[in-house]
Amino acid sequence: MHLILFIIFAVFCIAGAILVIVLRSPVASAISLIFVMCAIAGLFALVGALFVAALQVIVYAGAVMVLFLFVIMLLNIKEELITTDEKRLTRYLGSALGLAFVLEIAYFVRRGLAFGSSSLYLPVPKEFASIELISTGIFTKYLLAFEMTSILLLVAIVGAIMLARGKGRRDT
Amino acid sequence: MISLPIINFSVIYPEIIILVTAIAVLIADLFIKGDRRAPISLIALAGIIMAAFAIHAQWGANVSGFSGAIIVDNYALLFKYIFLVGALLTLFLSVWYLQREELFSGEYFFFILISIVGMMILSSSNELITAFLGLEIMSIPLYLLAGFDKGKLRSNEAALKYLLMGAFASGFLIYGIAFIYGSMGTTNFDEIVRALSSDSLDTDPLILIGISMIVIGFAFKTAFVPFHSWVPDVYTGAPTPVTAFFSIAPKAAGFAILFRLLTVAFSPIFVNLSTMLWVLAVLTMSVGNLIALTQRNIKRMLAYSSIAHAGYILVSLAIGTSKGTEAGLFYLLAYTAMNAGAFGMVILLGHKGEDDLTISSYGGLSRRHPVAAATMSLFMFSLAGIPPTAGFIGKFNIFSNAISAGFIWLAIIGVINSVISVYYYLRVIITMYMKPEADSVTTVTYPPSLLVAIILAAWGTLHIGLFPNGWLLFIRESVVGLYQAL
Repeated sequence: MHLILFIIFAVFCIAGAILVIVLRSPVASAISLIFVMCAIAGLFALVGALFVAALQVIVYAGAVMVLFLFVIMLLNIKEELITTDEKRLTRYLGSALGLAFVLEIAYFVRRGLAFGSSSLYLPVPKEFASIELISTGIFTKYLLAFEMTSILLLVAIVGAIMLARGKGRRDT
Repeated sequence: MISLPIINFSVIYPEIIILVTAIAVLIADLFIKGDRRAPISLIALAGIIMAAFAIHAQWGANVSGFSGAIIVDNYALLFKYIFLVGALLTLFLSVWYLQREELFSGEYFFFILISIVGMMILSSSNELITAFLGLEIMSIPLYLLAGFDKGKLRSNEAALKYLLMGAFASGFLIYGIAFIYGSMGTTNFDEIVRALSSDSLDTDPLILIGISMIVIGFAFKTAFVPFHSWVPDVYTGAPTPVTAFFSIAPKAAGFAILFRLLTVAFSPIFVNLSTMLWVLAVLTMSVGNLIALTQRNIKRMLAYSSIAHAGYILVSLAIGTSKGTEAGLFYLLAYTAMNAGAFGMVILLGHKGEDDLTISSYGGLSRRHPVAAATMSLFMFSLAGIPPTAGFIGKFNIFSNAISAGFIWLAIIGVINSVISVYYYLRVIITMYMKPEADSVTTVTYPPSLLVAIILAAWGTLHIGLFPNGWLLFIRESVVGLYQAL
């Protein structure tokens, strides 16, 4: 049962990711991205990380995607505006290099599994990614990282305001 | 119940001081209006000086805090000094420029200071997630600073390019961290070095792909070839003091984490990584220098030259010993002084709107402004590595260490490259001294703040070049603790 569900989610995930870059229409791309994110949430749920799965759906599939769609709507990107004037060579070279990169990772993962020493083989701990475990991590071991995120958000807010404010000086 | 750990805030005092200063700058900007806003830069200056005192008080310490996420040792503190000097020079370079271009606002100083906070965290992070967040705190203000001149198309282009490339690089970095965590079960440097052994790569090849991707992530920020494609456009499009800042501080921050990560945390498998760094160093030096040869625009030329300089420091990283690290840090110090000075001269000789930044516009400068021309020549000589300047001692140090560590070919390629670089640095000097006057006459005013920055940079360039012993001892003192545990 687990395996079947895993295959379903994995296929959804990869097919969606391919569609995101292949589809011409920006809205269709964004919708495919939602599929990818929901499928990833499913994968999280399969390994027992229910909290992470829920967050994945709420934050990414929900909030972030709505933001994406808003941007697409506000910018009013039309299909025909996205031209593909890049050179053929760049395109083929890029695809070839991308493919090589994927194969490389696949090879290394396979080799890692073959040796069996990798902790990829370790069974998932019982309380994996439970709310308790995550909050303990945030407030003890990763406290600094958690606090630093607030600086990051502060800069992002100030930066967004700086960019959004009109071209002219504020007080002239 | 979670048992909360005891938090030792004293390990991040300098960071806290700069952060509070940044917020104070932002609040002061609300209350001071119009042309009377110049004192805002004084708040930033005061913060930087206070942070320098805090670092001075920490000197000699070797403590870690926040469950091992942060480590305060002389190595981190030396880098924090470099960042503060970079910020200080940028501050002095900026004030007059911002007024000339009518860009003066509190956010500018806020972004510089927050970026410094990110760099400080990066240099003393002892754990990958902290390092990643430090990198992001450093980078996001940099993207904004690149686009600070909102009215100019080039500046917008620079910001967008930098943001997209930077986000892509961050993706690589976080993917690499995931691989390392997946295969080793930890992100802490101390635990990584304990878990690794010299045959780790054979038993767990995922570590190799993880560390390679992490190197790619940081290589974008330090602009190694082939991850340099954003540099020329961003350096040219950004306001010139910002370009000076870009070429000094983030580069030093990237090297701070790379030295600690590769030669300390991953020291058991460093032999395998050294080859990768060797290739990167050769590419970075050669491509940077060769493209710089053909540049007509001074900012673009300095952009490619900064890539080449990162290549020389990469040579010292590829050596991987304590001596190599010392040579690299020494070069970073020298590079900070001479590059800030060169950009200071570019600001001084530029004028509003900056349309005219070709090297040929400096024609005949020596006759009208002999002092300015001589100072520019000093920085160019130093960048080219001609004695008795800082650049010479720095290069000599790196290449002699490379030879004694057995990296003979790397040293030869490095020396060939620095000979190539003499051509384009000397061209600036020849234009100033031997070419006829340019059509557009450069009017030069000497604003005091800018002069302070240039004099500081010139003093550094000459002092490091003439009396390197004190500086070398200072650096040895800061590196020695780094390799003690190994």
